[in-house]
Amino acid sequence: MISDITIGQFFPGQSVLHRMDPRVKIVLMFFFLVSLFLIDGPVPYGALTLLTIILGALSGIPAKIIIRSVKPLWWILLFTFLIHFASMPGRVVAQVWIFQFTEEGFWRGFFISLRLVLLIVLSSYLTLTTSPLMLTDALERLLKPLKCIGVPAHELAMMMTIALRFVPTLLQETDKIMKAQQSRGVDFSSGNMLTQLRNIIPILIPLFISAFRRADELAMAMEARCYHGGEGRTRMKALAVSGVDYGAVALSVIFLGAVMGASFFLKQS
Amino acid sequence: MAFIEIENLVHRYEGRDESEPPALKGVNISVEEGEFLAIVGTNGSGKSTLAKHLNAILLPTAGRVTVDGRNTADPAELWEIRKTVGMVFQNPDNQIIAAIVEDDVAFGPENLGVPPEEIRQRVKDALASVRMEKYRDFAPHLLSGGQKQRIAIAGALAMQTRCLVLDEPTSMLDPVGRRSLMETVKRLHREQGITVILITHFMEEAIGADRVIVLSKGQAVMEGTPREVYCREQEMKSLGLEVPLAAEVAARLRRNGLKFPEDIMTDEELAVALCQ
Repeated sequence: MISDITIGQFFPGQSVLHRMDPRVKIVLMFFFLVSLFLIDGPVPYGALTLLTIILGALSGIPAKIIIRSVKPLWWILLFTFLIHFASMPGRVVAQVWIFQFTEEGFWRGFFISLRLVLLIVLSSYLTLTTSPLMLTDALERLLKPLKCIGVPAHELAMMMTIALRFVPTLLQETDKIMKAQQSRGVDFSSGNMLTQLRNIIPILIPLFISAFRRADELAMAMEARCYHGGEGRTRMKALAVSGVDYGAVALSVIFLGAVMGASFFLKQS
Repeated sequence: MAFIEIENLVHRYEGRDESEPPALKGVNISVEEGEFLAIVGTNGSGKSTLAKHLNAILLPTAGRVTVDGRNTADPAELWEIRKTVGMVFQNPDNQIIAAIVEDDVAFGPENLGVPPEEIRQRVKDALASVRMEKYRDFAPHLLSGGQKQRIAIAGALAMQTRCLVLDEPTSMLDPVGRRSLMETVKRLHREQGITVILITHFMEEAIGADRVIVLSKGQAVMEGTPREVYCREQEMKSLGLEVPLAAEVAARLRRNGLKFPEDIMTDEELAVALCQ
């Protein structure tokens, strides 16, 4: 049950998206997300939607998994859509109590919701096609220039790597502790909020103690394997920008230019 | 000079009461390269403390530990020593650093600054040595305890370790994992000539060793081949240690007046002796 939760949702594969350099992916993703907020009108939106679908097909990730990343935001999407539907002035199509649903509102709400969906789906491509380790590695490299102003790039990346490694382990442990405490008679599901909160304490204390013990042992294991910070360290999976990346950058520039241009001109006319 | 020399090693944990006896009080052991040494002892005998001295995780309060002629107390030799002696700890979960098996195996050589191409080769070889090639891109939490311990061994092998120190590697494993891990260790010792120092309280695991040292209250009290040590059943018991079941049965039968050979250690030997 509890261990079903995935944070690192990497989906291994060999697609073009998987083979791209994670640094390039992060930077391109950033530009795509920004452009989502700059475009307007059905044509640019249609183009970006089409691109998102094509990228999804290219990645080779089952549609079910991609849709799953949108699922938690289902209520927010519905809410956003209804708010816009009911609050835009324009040609009224329906009226419920004091809310006037307008045609303009419908399209506004539709596009805003679509923007959110694209936002989530596009960013999920990044985490779905890049292993957490590659992701932290890329962040380390991208943050490296900030080292001179005191940003501990390597340490941050190492912390993230370890956190990602231990999330499933600690979840499994939480599950075990919960069952152990339940078998001793702790009731997690009844009582008011205060009792329920208090009942979390017998989970948290053993979990914390064990996490500290793990940290201690892990530090020792890291030292035993010659870890001494980022100095003089090499990487097996050295990041390298390849032909795929140049292609992706070129296509992205052309595509985003066209979409932005179209968005701008359509607004003018 | 032997590969690993432990001379008069005393260790007292800092911050402990002075009146308490030290964890190790004058241990002398020398290990030759290519040897399979088992160190057995009860809880609190100091065996884990001893293990941590072998690659300078702990430093001697008094005495000296040298690995391949390098003193562990010398900070300049630290990385060379840790490269030479690889450690496998008790808890399989708490020694895997990366979220993917092959990245974890690569962790050691990455720290040593090995070029990427060579790391890749070493990781491949190390995973093949422990028969875990198939799990190259698995997440560690999906593996069994025994598999995780084999990954930990691969992590040490990828650093081109010459000596494996295993600190109670099987105590958190099920019988299947325990057997497969011990087979892996024995095979690496046999085929690749790696020096193995196995710290355990399972006497059966020490049967395959060239030499057994019994540690009690911070001192080495018995030493010999497994056969020599296990036939001193009474002495072992007084130290709070069990001998393998077959040795125990043989000893009791002997005490009850049966004529029985003194050096029975495995179930097979016991069966043969019983049939005669």
